[in-house]
Amino acid sequence: MQAGTLIEARELAAGYDGRPAISGVSFALRRGETLALLGPNGGGKTTLLRALLGELAPLTGELEVRARCGIVPQTERSQLDYPVSALDVAAMGALSRLPWWRRPGRRERSDATEALERVGLRDLAGETFGKLSGGQRQRVLIARSLVQDAQILLLDEPFSGLDRPSSELLEALIGAMTDEGRAVVIATHDLEQARRSDQVLCLNRRQVAAGPPEQTLDVPVLEATYGGTIVELPGSGARAILPPHHHDH
Amino acid sequence: MLEPLQDEFMRRAIAEMTLIGIAGGALGCWVVLYRLSYAAESLAHSIFPGLVLAAIAGAPLLLGGAPAIVVAALAIAIVARVPGLSREVAVGVVVTTMFGLGVLLALSPGSPPGVQELLFGDILGPSNGDIAAAAALALVVGLSLLLLHGRLLAGGFDRGAARSLGARPAGTEAALLVLLALAIVVAVQGLGNLLVVAVFVGPAATARQLSERIGPMIGIAIATAVLAGFAGLYLSYYAGTAGGASVALAIVALYLLSLPASRLPALLNDEEHLPAGTTIG
Repeated sequence: MQAGTLIEARELAAGYDGRPAISGVSFALRRGETLALLGPNGGGKTTLLRALLGELAPLTGELEVRARCGIVPQTERSQLDYPVSALDVAAMGALSRLPWWRRPGRRERSDATEALERVGLRDLAGETFGKLSGGQRQRVLIARSLVQDAQILLLDEPFSGLDRPSSELLEALIGAMTDEGRAVVIATHDLEQARRSDQVLCLNRRQVAAGPPEQTLDVPVLEATYGGTIVELPGSGARAILPPHHHDH
Repeated sequence: MLEPLQDEFMRRAIAEMTLIGIAGGALGCWVVLYRLSYAAESLAHSIFPGLVLAAIAGAPLLLGGAPAIVVAALAIAIVARVPGLSREVAVGVVVTTMFGLGVLLALSPGSPPGVQELLFGDILGPSNGDIAAAAALALVVGLSLLLLHGRLLAGGFDRGAARSLGARPAGTEAALLVLLALAIVVAVQGLGNLLVVAVFVGPAATARQLSERIGPMIGIAIATAVLAGFAGLYLSYYAGTAGGASVALAIVALYLLSLPASRLPALLNDEEHLPAGTTIG
């Protein structure tokens, strides 16, 4: 593994109960780089994130992760009802360096406050997590990763459901994280987001393509990734994917 | 108001119920947040044959309940491995079997009179041993929850990420279930097999309505359980109703009262009139 490389996968296969959900995954990610994971629902993006977190061991191939990973998952309904503040959630990042019997104390909560300041949410530290907007919740979870001192951030569809200002704030924050030398992996459906990344990995239960966006994001690769036909929408120039069994009548 | 306290049996019942309320209120918050209410009810019912066997043998109920809960846990683990059966189905099969076995034993010619107390409890007649067991339970539950607090909070909030945060959610949940089993075995003697789950679910559900932070939620749940214990025992004293059932009814009544009370902040604050789930920014 080269100096500065934080993640390296070689022909990785991972899955559940011995059955691979993804296979043939090979890529390397260096400090300060972003990797966009593109693929359909069920294509294996979350499986790859779980493998990077160490929750799933490789079935075949190799995976080296040389720094602590912090995950920013999609918010679940149960979390909106959970009785915690933004500060409580950010402070959970300190648990990994505390013995099992200790809860985050004054020092860890001070670290959490500082992290919330960095993501622009210090004023909302005492607010209930479930009452925050979608974008604010994503930023609180990034603050949790900062407290965890994660050098690799794994974001699972962070822009889903966000309005434009919230997306821009989040994107700026991700930029600040990579400027500090952190590596960022973003599972996304957003092609434009993928184009702005340093690398793209297209996944549909197997690796379809990996590399810089200008070398990977072409029509054949996207059709193979999403299992459909790419068409240009009349008038707008935008592209859409037709499902694989589409028939004209 | 103080008249019931003149009686020794009422003072002992209040002491027992207060100690069970402290343990049940605090533990119940995690039972509710981890969505283990069904597991709590199942554990309670599955120990019934053990309680009946202990009653037939004239042994302390604790000695019958503890092995029964271990047998039930093992049986659930085995049945859940049957292909095509979910864990929920496994729990249903095992608990129904265990409870049915308990009823068969209870109705057998050899069962002693008063075995129905196992179903409905005998909160008005705790022995010194019962009170000592409840005190030990309150101490063990309180200390364990204090030590596990950070891990419990992280695991319940985000089970998927908890492992990467060093929280080991499977271990934390197992510890929670062991505490719950212990608490049920101790509390079932006072509140009965059918009603014991009320003290682990009702006060915590009430507290959840009234608080948005875990610390105050635990405090309110304990206060609710203890208050319901007093109210139920007083009702039993003056109305001549069954003690355990009266406590369970008081718990439900406090929960129903908490529903309008939880809406008060919204009524007093215009900004809170937004529908649930509304986000700003």
